[in-house]
Amino acid sequence: MSGRGPDVVVIGAGIIGAAGAWFATRAGLRVTVLDRGPLAGGTSGRGEGNLLVSDKEPGPELDLALLSRRVWREDLGEHAGLWEFDEKGGLVVAATDASAAGLAELTRRQRAAGVDAVDVGADELPAYEPQLAPGLRGGAFYPGDAQVQPMLAVAHLLRLARDGGAEVRTGVEVTGLLRDGDRVTGVRTDRGDIPAGNVVNAAGPWAGSVAELAGVRLPVLPRRGFVLVTEPLPPTVRHKVYAAEYVGDVASADAALQTSPVVESTESGTVLIGSSRERVGFDGSLSLPALKRLAANAVALFPALAGVRALRAYHGFRPYCPDHLPVIGPDPRAPGLWHAGGHEGAGIGLAAGTGLLLAQALTGATPALGLAPFAPERFDEGDPAP
Amino acid sequence: MTAELPTFTLTFEGRPLTARPGQSVAAALTDAGIRAWRATRGEGAPRGLFCGIGVCYDCLITVDGRPAQRACLVPAAEGMALTGAPPPLPRPSGADEGNAS
Amino acid sequence: MNERPFDLAVVGAGPAGLAAAVAAGESGLRVALVDAGPRPGGQFWRHAEGADGAGHHDWETFASLRSRLRRLTAGTRVRHLPLHQVWAVDRAGDAPFTLRLTPAFDGATDEVTPAVRARAIALCTGGYDRQLPVPGWTLPGVMAAGGVQALLKGSGTVAGRRAVVAGTGPFLLPVATGLAAAGAEVAAVVEAARPADWLRRPLGAAAVPGKAVEGAGYAAALLRHRVPYLTRSAVTRVHGGDEVTAVTVERVDGSGRVVPGRTRRLAVDLVAFGWGFTPSLELVVALGAGTERGADGSLVATVDRARRATVPGVYVAGEATGVGGAAKAVAEGELAGLTAAVDAGRPAPTKRGRRLAARIARAERFAEAMHAAHPVPERWTEWLTEATVLCRCEEVTVGAVERAREDLGAGDPRTAKLLARPGMGWCQGRVCGFATAALLAAGAGRAVTAEDLRALGKRPLAAPVTLGELAALPEPPDPPDFPDPDTA
Repeated sequence: MSGRGPDVVVIGAGIIGAAGAWFATRAGLRVTVLDRGPLAGGTSGRGEGNLLVSDKEPGPELDLALLSRRVWREDLGEHAGLWEFDEKGGLVVAATDASAAGLAELTRRQRAAGVDAVDVGADELPAYEPQLAPGLRGGAFYPGDAQVQPMLAVAHLLRLARDGGAEVRTGVEVTGLLRDGDRVTGVRTDRGDIPAGNVVNAAGPWAGSVAELAGVRLPVLPRRGFVLVTEPLPPTVRHKVYAAEYVGDVASADAALQTSPVVESTESGTVLIGSSRERVGFDGSLSLPALKRLAANAVALFPALAGVRALRAYHGFRPYCPDHLPVIGPDPRAPGLWHAGGHEGAGIGLAAGTGLLLAQALTGATPALGLAPFAPERFDEGDPAP
Repeated sequence: MTAELPTFTLTFEGRPLTARPGQSVAAALTDAGIRAWRATRGEGAPRGLFCGIGVCYDCLITVDGRPAQRACLVPAAEGMALTGAPPPLPRPSGADEGNAS
Repeated sequence: MNERPFDLAVVGAGPAGLAAAVAAGESGLRVALVDAGPRPGGQFWRHAEGADGAGHHDWETFASLRSRLRRLTAGTRVRHLPLHQVWAVDRAGDAPFTLRLTPAFDGATDEVTPAVRARAIALCTGGYDRQLPVPGWTLPGVMAAGGVQALLKGSGTVAGRRAVVAGTGPFLLPVATGLAAAGAEVAAVVEAARPADWLRRPLGAAAVPGKAVEGAGYAAALLRHRVPYLTRSAVTRVHGGDEVTAVTVERVDGSGRVVPGRTRRLAVDLVAFGWGFTPSLELVVALGAGTERGADGSLVATVDRARRATVPGVYVAGEATGVGGAAKAVAEGELAGLTAAVDAGRPAPTKRGRRLAARIARAERFAEAMHAAHPVPERWTEWLTEATVLCRCEEVTVGAVERAREDLGAGDPRTAKLLARPGMGWCQGRVCGFATAALLAAGAGRAVTAEDLRALGKRPLAAPVTLGELAALPEPPDPPDFPDPDTA
C-alpha cells in the first residue's frame, strides 16, 4: 500500500463484492477487495446460481432483478461463457387450482411490470418438462430466468477487476474501521491498516458485524438453506422448475423450516434440488428433516427421481433483512461507509445490478435505479414496512 | 478355489458370459476378457474396474435395467442382463393418479 | 425405530470392527455391527463364501474372531447387519446416535434396516488404496492394487495376464505374489522407495518380529516366480488405446525426481497401483470429531490412548486412526470395544487394556518406520502433464486445476474443487482428494496441511442415498429419548 491507499476497499470477496469491485474498477476507481477467507468462501459458493425474475412480486426487488438481468446479458454479456450463463428459462408449476389461479394473477401483474411471463395450461406442461408428474393444474414459463455457475462468476469478476488494476487479498481479516470523527477513512486488518476513500461492506450474512465496527445497526441475518445434488443423469430436467408456493416462502418471515421444490439440471448432468429456509443462526450441522422434505418435494414434481441417488448435500447461509429487500448505498450514519448485501437467496442474480448501482453511486453518477428502497438506515425509522 | 462348483450364464450386451457362484459382476466380465463396459460422460472414454472395492464408482453398469450399479459389488446371478449405457429414466404415466401437491 | 438403542454400534466388520464388536459384546454390551460386505472380514480377510483361508494372512485370528462373533450373534448380544452402508449419523443433543443405513447396492438384501440407534459408536471404517495419477491411469486395465487383490480373494479372478505392480509400500508384495501364484506373469514390482531402509530401523522392524518374517516370505516368493523388484523406480506413464498395453518405468531419486536416461518400457495388460492407503473418514468428520495428519500424510482421526475420539461416545480403531495393518487394527478394535464397555459402566480390565496399549504402541512404531521408508515421493507431481486426468469421475485435468489456481486464485482445495470440479463426481473426491491437495500445495510451494485434506474429506452424505430413501425418512426424525420401559 503506497500513498493514500485505494479509492475503495470492498470487504467480502463474494459475488456482491466481486461485482462491485469490477464495476467500480471499470468506472475508474482504484479498488482493493479483502476477505478473511478464500474467494466465494461464504454464501456465494453455496447456492445454485439463480438469476430469477419469476419469483418476485412487482416492486423494488423486481426492478433490481430486471436491471440485473439486463446487466448480466449486456454489460457482462461478452464474458457470459466464463460463468456458464444459461438462459434456460424457469417453469413454475401449480399443484392446485387455487395456486394456479394465484399464479395467473401474479403473471398478470409481473407482465405489467415488464416481465416476460407465459401462462402454461396443465395440458401443455409435458411439452416443457416431459418428466413432470401428472396431475398438475397449470404453470407459467419465464424465458428470462437464467443461471450462472456462481463460483466461476465470482472468480472471473475478481480476475477482470484485477486485470483492470484492482487488488484482491484473501486471508485478510478486517478487525476495525479507521475513523476521522464520524467519517470512515479506511480499514484496520490483521495485516495492517488500509486507508481508503470509501469502504464497502459486502460481507454477506456477516454484514451486521462489519456495520457494528462502525457502531451502526444493520439487521442482516443468516437464513440456512440446503441443496441436494444427485448423480449425473441423462437429460431429465430442462428448465429451472419450481412450485408456485416458492414465491410465498421466499418472502416469509417464519423461523421454522420451510421447503418448496426447486429442481434443475446443471451442465455436469447433476440435478440440484432446493430449497429450504430455516432461521437457525450459523448452525452448519446436517439437517435430515430438511433433506427429507427437499427429496420428497422433488420426487412429487418428478417421480422418476425417486430411484436417483443424492451424492452430496450442502448448505449456505443466505443474508436477509427483515423486509426482504437488500441494502445498497451509502450509510449516512457513518459517512464513507457503504453497504451492499442482504439479497437473501437471490444475491447471485441481483449482484450484477447491485454492482453497477454501487459503482454509479460511488462515482457520483445517477444510479440506474433509485436507491431509496434499499437505504441502509431504513430500519432505524420505527417498524419496517412488511 | 471354487472351480468345481457349477457355473451359470449371464449376458453383457446380449453376449453370454459364464460365471461361478460367488463371483462379482466385474469378476465375470473380467474372466470373459471384458475390461471396459461404459463410456465417460465427457470424453466418451472407456472405463471398467478400478478400485474394486466399491469406492471409486468407475465400474458402474446397468444390471437388469437398473442403472449405475457397482459391478465390483453386485454378485453375478443366473440370467442377469448387463448393459453399458444407462437406460433413460421412465416417463411418468399419462394417468391422473400421481399428484404433485 | 422403537427398538431400544444398542449400547454400541460398530461400523465396519474388518479386523478392527470385528475385534471391537466381539470385545464389547463379550463385555456385556448390546452391539450392532454394521458392514457393507456380505460376510465379516473387511478388505483384509475378504473371502469367497466357504473359503478356507488359503492365501490369507493370520486367518486363525479371523477364524477365532468369527466364531466368537457367531456365539454373540446367536444370542441377542450382537446384531450383525451385513450389506448395509451408513450414509449419515445424526443425533439430537444427548440422545443416542442414529445411524442411517442404505443397502450396499440395489437389492443387496431383502431385510433393509433403515436406521439403528446406539448410545455410542465405534468407527472401524478402514481405508482404500491411495492413488497418485499419472498420464494414462484412466485406461481400462489400470487398477488399484487392492482391487486386484479383492478380485483374486473374493472372486478367484485374475485381473490380467501380464502385470506390473507399482507404487510404494509393503502391500505391493502380497499383490504381486498373489497374482504370480494365480498364474499371471508379473513383469515387475516397481517400488519408489528403497525398502531395505526400513529393515535398518531397529526400533521399527524389530518391534514386530512377525513382520520381518512375513517380508522374507514375500521376497522368497518373488524370487521363486522370477519377479524383478525394481526399487527407486516408478511407473510414470501408462500407454494404450482402448486399454493398457505398456508402461514407462523410470528411475527416480529419493524425492521422486526422474533420473534421466534410465527409462524402460514394459509390455503389460494390467497395472496395479498402490501408494499406501487413504483412511475412510467421512463419518469421523461428519460427527465433528478431531482429525490430524498421520505418519503417512493421510488425514486420520485423533484418538486418545484408549481409542476415544474427541467427541464423547465416539471411538475409532484401525486404519481410520492411522494405517498400520491388520494386527494393529485388531488390537485397536479390541481396545475400543473394551473402552466403550468401561465408559458404559462395565468393570475395567486393567491388565488386558495395558497389554493391548503396549501392543498398539509397538505396532505404531513399526507403522511409523514403514511410512517413513515408503513416503509418497515429494516430487511426484513432476510426472504429470497438463492433460493428465486428475479427477477420474469428472475428467478434470491437471491443467484445469492449475489454471484455477494460477488465473482465478484458487489456492485452497475447496475453492479449486468448486471452480474446476475435481472431487465433485460419483466418488466425491475419495480417489483424487489426496492428489488434488498435493497438486495445489506443490503449485503454491508449500506442504499439504491437515486443513487441505479436511476440506476435501467433508462428505455430509457418507454414501449415495436415493431420493426415495430420503423422502421416506421418518418425521419427526426421532422421538425424544425417554428412559426405556423395558430395560429390566
